[in-house]
Amino acid sequence: MIDFQNIYPEIFLIMSTLSLLMIGVFFKNSFALVKKITIFALIICIPLVYVNFGNQILVFNNSYSINVFSNLLKIIILISSAFSLIFTGQYLKRINIEKFEYMILILSSTIGMFVMVSANDLIGLYLGIELQSLSLYVLSSLDRNSLNSSESGVKYFVLGALSSGLFLYGCSLIYGFTGSTNYLMISENLSVENLGIIFGLVFVIVGLAFKISAVPFHMWTPDVYQGSPTSVTAFFALAPKVAGMGAFIQILFVAFKGAYVEWKSIIVFISIASMILGSVAAIGQTNIKRLMAYSSIGHMGYALAGVAAGSIAGISSTVSYISIYVVMNIAAFTCILFLSREKKYFEDIRELGGMSKNHPIVSACLCLTLFSLAGIPPLAGFFAKFYVFKAVIESEMYMLAIIGLLSSVISAFYYLRVIKIIYFDKNKEKFDEMSGFGMKFSLTTSSLLILFYFINPSLLINITDLASKIFK
Amino acid sequence: MSEIPILTLTTFLPLIGIFFLMFIKGEESFVNKTSGYVALLTSGIVFLSSIFILANFNYSNPDFQFVEQQDWIFNFVNYKVGVDGISLSFILLTTFITPICILATINSVKIRLREFLIALLLMETMMIGVFCSLDLFIFYLFFEAGLIPMFLIIGIWGGERRVYSAFKFFLYTLFGSVFMLISIIYIYFDAGTLDVEKLLNIQINKDYQKYLWLGFFASFAVKTPMWPVHTWLPDAHVEAPTSGSVILAAILLKMAGYGFIRFSLGLFPDASIYFGPLVFTLSIIAIIYTSLVALVQKDMKKLIAYSSVAHMGFVTIGIFVFNQEGIEGSIFQMISHGIISSALFLCVGVIYDRMHTRQISEYGGVVNVMPKYAIMFMVFTLGSLGLPGTSGFVGEILVLIGSFKYNYWIAFFAASGVILSACYSLWLYRRVVFGKILNNKVQNLVDLTKTEYLILTPLLIMTIVLGFYPALVLDLISPSVEKISSNMVNYLKFANLGN
Repeated sequence: MIDFQNIYPEIFLIMSTLSLLMIGVFFKNSFALVKKITIFALIICIPLVYVNFGNQILVFNNSYSINVFSNLLKIIILISSAFSLIFTGQYLKRINIEKFEYMILILSSTIGMFVMVSANDLIGLYLGIELQSLSLYVLSSLDRNSLNSSESGVKYFVLGALSSGLFLYGCSLIYGFTGSTNYLMISENLSVENLGIIFGLVFVIVGLAFKISAVPFHMWTPDVYQGSPTSVTAFFALAPKVAGMGAFIQILFVAFKGAYVEWKSIIVFISIASMILGSVAAIGQTNIKRLMAYSSIGHMGYALAGVAAGSIAGISSTVSYISIYVVMNIAAFTCILFLSREKKYFEDIRELGGMSKNHPIVSACLCLTLFSLAGIPPLAGFFAKFYVFKAVIESEMYMLAIIGLLSSVISAFYYLRVIKIIYFDKNKEKFDEMSGFGMKFSLTTSSLLILFYFINPSLLINITDLASKIFK
Repeated sequence: MSEIPILTLTTFLPLIGIFFLMFIKGEESFVNKTSGYVALLTSGIVFLSSIFILANFNYSNPDFQFVEQQDWIFNFVNYKVGVDGISLSFILLTTFITPICILATINSVKIRLREFLIALLLMETMMIGVFCSLDLFIFYLFFEAGLIPMFLIIGIWGGERRVYSAFKFFLYTLFGSVFMLISIIYIYFDAGTLDVEKLLNIQINKDYQKYLWLGFFASFAVKTPMWPVHTWLPDAHVEAPTSGSVILAAILLKMAGYGFIRFSLGLFPDASIYFGPLVFTLSIIAIIYTSLVALVQKDMKKLIAYSSVAHMGFVTIGIFVFNQEGIEGSIFQMISHGIISSALFLCVGVIYDRMHTRQISEYGGVVNVMPKYAIMFMVFTLGSLGLPGTSGFVGEILVLIGSFKYNYWIAFFAASGVILSACYSLWLYRRVVFGKILNNKVQNLVDLTKTEYLILTPLLIMTIVLGFYPALVLDLISPSVEKISSNMVNYLKFANLGN
C-alpha cells in the first residue's frame, strides 16, 4: 500500500480519465464539459505533484522512481498538456472533430508520459512509451474525414511500431547481457567491454530518438505535423518531447552512466545532425506546420547537446531548454491556431502577409516568439541556448558549441523569413478576431514569459539545477 | 552621488518613453503628433541626464566611475555598469544623435511613425547599454539585442531592396557574434568571472588568447566593418531610412571600435600585438579599396557608406598602433565620423525627401536653388575629408601621427586614404551641388525648412567646435587612454624582448 500512496498524481489522472470516459459516454453533447474538467484535472494535478516535490523514493520493487527530476518534468508535462487544450479555442468545433475522446486520449497519453519520466525499469519505460504513443497515433488521425490526417496517423503508427520494435530488441539485448531490466541493476552489471550491452544501448537510443524526432529518426515528423489537426500538432510539439527527453536522461544517466564515453559520440552525432538538418531543411518550407516540425527537430538537437555534455550542468541546461522550448511553442502554436478567415484555417506562411497591420498585437507576440526561437537576446530562447552551450563548453566540446551556434545563425534565417512576411510584405485580408479567453490567455502568458524572462533568469536554472543534482 | 543609479536610469529611460508611446490612442494624425513629442521629450531627458553624468564626472580619474553593481544571474553574471572617459564620450554621442534622429524621423517618416519611434528608443537603450556595461555577458546582451529593432527599421521603412539588406545585416552580425559568445563563455570558465574590471587585471593564458581574440575579432570586424566582411554595410545604409542610416553610421559602427579598445586591447594584449599586422593589412586594404569603390558609386548614400568603411579603417589602424596618439585619434575619429557622417546622411535625406532619388546623375546645380543647403553640405563634406578646422582633421592627424610613430609605411598608406577621400567627397559635392541645372525637378527644389535647420545646425556646430577645440573630447578620454596605451606599450616592450 505504501507504494500507492506515492503515486497519487498518476492515480488521480487515471481516475479522472476513467470517470471522464463515463461522463462522455452517458451525457449527450458533453464535449465542452469534458474539456473543462480535463483542463481542471490537469491543473489540479500540478499541486498534487508538487506536494511531494522533494521526495526521492523508489516504489514497486525499484521499478518506478519518484524524485525531483521526474516531478519537475511531470509539472512541465502537465502545463504543456493543459495549455494544448486551453489554446485550442474554437478550432476543434470548426473542423468538426468535437469529440470528447480527444480529451481522454490526451489524458491517457499524459499518464503514459508520467510513466516514461518516472520509469526506473526498461519494461516500465516501454509501457509508458506505448501508452503515450498509442494515444498519439489515434489523436493524429482523429480527423478521419481528412485524407492527410488519416495518412499521418497510419504513417506515425507504422514507423512508431517499428521504432518500438527496435527499442524492445535493444531492451532484450540489455536484459540478456546484464540479467536485469532495472536501471540500477543494469548500471551495477554494466561493463563497457561487453559489445552486446553497447549494441542494445544503441537500439534503445534509436527508439527514444524516434520519439523526440531527432535526426536521423525524424522522417515522420514533418508529415505527421502537417497532416494532423493543428491542435494535435501543437500537442505533439509540446508534451511528448518533454517526456522523451526525460526518459532519455533517466536511462542514460541512471542505467548507462558508466558507458558515457560510448554513448557520448552517438548523442553528439544525433545532436549535430538534428541542429543542422533542422535549420537547413526548414528554409524551403512554406507550410507553417512543416516549418515548426523542422524547427522542433532543430530544437531537440540543441537540447540533446546539453545531454551530450554529460554533466550535471548539461542535464540542467537541457531541462531548462526544454521548458523554455515549451513556452515558445505554446506561443507559436496559439498564433498558428489564430490563422483563420471565416472559420477556414490557413497553413501557408504567405497568408501571413502584412498581418502586422491588421493584428498588431498578435503579430508582435509572434514576432517576439520567432526572435526567441532564433535565440536572439534578451529573449528567453537566447538564455536557453546560452545555458546549453555554457555546459557544452564547460565539458570542452568546442566543435559541438561552434557547430550548434552556427546552425542557430542558419535557423535565424527562416524565422526571419516569417517575420519578414508578417512585417514587410503586402497586406492580405484580415483574419478572424481571436476568439475565447483561452487563446488570449495562453498567448499573453507565454509572450510575457518570453519577453521578461531576462529579469530573473536564475529562477528556472536554480530549479533545474536542483532537479539535476540527483544524477550525481 | 552614488545614491542615484544615474547610469541605469539613463540606459533604461527610453523604455519608459516606449511604455507611454504604446498607450497613445486616437486618430492617426493625433497619434503621430503626440508620439513625436513623447519620443522627443524622452530622448531630450536622456540627453540631459547624460550631460548630468558629464558634469559630475571626474576628469582626472582613469578608472570606471558611477559603478553600479547588482546580482543578476545567481553566481554567474552581475549587472554591472560604469563609465570611464571613453565610454562616456560614446554615450554622449549616442544621446546627442538620438534626438536628432527622432526629429529627422518625425520630419520624413509618414507611415507607422509610432512604431518607428519605439524602435529608435529601443535602439538608444541598447546602445547606451553597450557603452556602459562592465560585464561581458551584459555587453553581449546589449550588443545583440540591438539587432532586432535595427532589422525592423531597415525592413519596414527601408527602400526597394530592404528585405535583402535587412537579412544581410542581421545574419552577418549574428554570424560574427556567435564566435564572441563562445569566447565569452570560455573566458568565464578560464577566469571564473565576467566582470570587466576584474578581467582587466587578470592575465589570460597566452595560448588561448589568440583564439579568444579571434572570437571577439569575428564579431567586431563584421560590425566595424572591416574588409572583406564590410559588404552588408553599403546595402544596409542604402536601403535603411535616413535616420536608420544615421544610427548605423553614427553609433552602431562605433560599438565595434569601442569593443576593440575596451576588450581586445584590454583583455588580450598579447594577442592584439600578435594580430596587429593582420588588422593593419585589412584596414589599409579597406581604406584604399573602399575609397576607390566610393569613387565610382552612382548612389549618394552608397558613396557615403563606402567612405564610412574607409574612415573606420583609420580607426582600426589607430587602435592597433597602441600609442596614445593613435588610440585618442581613433576615438576622436569615431566621434567626429559619428557627427559628420550622420550629417551627410541627413543632407542626402533632405534632398531625397524632395526628389525621391539618390542617383547622383539626377542632381546638379542644387546650389542655385538651395544656397543655404549647399553651405551646410559643404561644411560636412569638408569635414569628412578632414579639412583643418573641422573635427575630421583632428582625428585623422592624430591617427597618422600615431601610426607614423609605429611604422611609417602604415602611415604612408593611411595618408593616401586622406587624398582619396578628398577625391570622392569633393567630386560628389561638385556633381550634386555645382554645375548647371539639368533636371527640371531640381529647379523646383525648396531650401531648408525650419525643422531641417534644427536637425542640421547642432551637427554643424559640433563639427566646427570639435575642429577648433578638440580638447573638449580629448580631455575627457586622455586619462583612460593613457592607462590603456601605457599598458599596451609595456606589453609591446615585453613582446619585442621576447623576440
